[in-house]
Amino acid sequence: MPDSKLKRVDLIFGEYSNVKYKVLEDTLKRTHEEIIDDLLESGLRGRGGAGFPTGLKWKLTAEAPGDEKYVVCNADEGEPGTFKDKEILMRVPRKVFSGMAICGKVIGSKKGYLYLRGEYKFLLPDLRKELDFFHDYTKKLGFDFIIEIKLGSGAYICGEESALFESMEGYRGEPRNKPPFPTTSGFMRKPTVINNVETFVNVMMIMRLGPVQFKLLGTSDSRGSKVFSVSGDTPIPGIYELELGMPLDRFVEEFGDGDTKAVQVGGASGFCVPRKKFKETVIGFEGVPTGGSMMLFNSSRSMYNVLHNYLEFFEEESCGQCTPCRVGCQQLRKGIEAVKRGVKKAVYLDQLMKLSESMKLTSKCGLGQSVANSFSSIVYNFKEEMIY
Amino acid sequence: MTPNESHFIGELVEKHGRNRTSLIPIMQEVVARNNYISDNDMTEIARELDLSAAQVFGTATFYAFLDTQPRGRFVIRVCKTITCDMHGKKLVIQTLEDMLKIKVGETTPNKKFTLLETNCLGWCHEGPAMLINEVPFSGLTPEKVHDIISEYMMK
Repeated sequence: MPDSKLKRVDLIFGEYSNVKYKVLEDTLKRTHEEIIDDLLESGLRGRGGAGFPTGLKWKLTAEAPGDEKYVVCNADEGEPGTFKDKEILMRVPRKVFSGMAICGKVIGSKKGYLYLRGEYKFLLPDLRKELDFFHDYTKKLGFDFIIEIKLGSGAYICGEESALFESMEGYRGEPRNKPPFPTTSGFMRKPTVINNVETFVNVMMIMRLGPVQFKLLGTSDSRGSKVFSVSGDTPIPGIYELELGMPLDRFVEEFGDGDTKAVQVGGASGFCVPRKKFKETVIGFEGVPTGGSMMLFNSSRSMYNVLHNYLEFFEEESCGQCTPCRVGCQQLRKGIEAVKRGVKKAVYLDQLMKLSESMKLTSKCGLGQSVANSFSSIVYNFKEEMIY
Repeated sequence: MTPNESHFIGELVEKHGRNRTSLIPIMQEVVARNNYISDNDMTEIARELDLSAAQVFGTATFYAFLDTQPRGRFVIRVCKTITCDMHGKKLVIQTLEDMLKIKVGETTPNKKFTLLETNCLGWCHEGPAMLINEVPFSGLTPEKVHDIISEYMMK
């Protein structure tokens, strides 16, 4: 796109050196304090969606008491509309492994795990091959760090960090109560750093460029660039690395099909932004945050169908452990069906909105808490489509 | 259970270790070999790992890919999440149903194919998409589905 208004970046997938694992080798010569300082200085926040400051997470885990600590890479990418981690693991797995190894050095861990969703099992042969190379290389450097791949088995909830630990330990993927947080009690109840695939790559970027250069991208709340997964009604679906903090209207101008009526930012658990709010909406932690999922809908789409699809998704993927989420997801789906069929009056939607708010307040984990995001933003902005 | 089967589970336990963290990897390998985990397999795994059969059953049934129902040699999972749905998933399902002469959720009488729907596979930019066992196929059209399935029918 020659007249592109959005700043395109090519840091995540770019090749910078002919020597594999050069940045890792250089970084391992530094002290763990220096590395943490760089990460804190960079303002890097986790790329999975929640946006916790990465430097702080590593610092807390490094300081946590205990000899046995773990590094976990969350590659259980299940959010509808998100497919960037797959792309990263296909194209630059060495950057992910390097980021994990640096984390191992910083927190004093000898063992890392990559939790790969079952749907991505086809990536295993290539990842194992790269891991063999990685292990040979770190052995030569005299750096003791082993990465093992754990495979998921088709459960969205396992992307939630504590559910992911449960699954790694051989249990049903049911989220734990927090606190304690993974920094003190994660995998096997030991201090654990768990980060998204992209976050580990961002760490490598900061190690190579330095925090000052990294901070030149993005805004004060959202530093750096981000890999976006663009899908839906767009002529150019795919993976794009863009600067954070961009206004949504410019995004739509570039990726829309000229008839975009809504953008779902952050997947089924994210927010639906209608056309009239494109201009005032900023994509980033200060505005609408996203793990990277951007789904565009044009005026031919029924937002009732979109919401119904999301609710069916949540209903199936709810772990069923806590009542607000287990029952709430079912009732929201049945509720909008009843309104659509005319069995319930339109004001019933207000009741459902209240229910979604209760779910936000009382659900145990992020799944149940975030159903209200898409539910209320779609029902509020497209009420007539819910009724007629 | 045949002695052969019992032997197989014993080998998996040796390979992965006799502890709880091995449970899911063991079950994943059973599914990879037999397409599902039978009640007998679950009881045998429970005995080997010193767990109750209920714990094994509870864990298996939590995960969509750890089938506890008999499945065909090729399990087809079609993505039903929003962007695949918008871009022609229904036609894909229809084509599969016509070709295999089964409905979603069923297995062909020759035990070769099982047709299922699943949640987001991570191919939203190239939807509709499906998995056949672990192999992904994207950008599906009725024609493309026809070619793919015809090929699998010969296998």
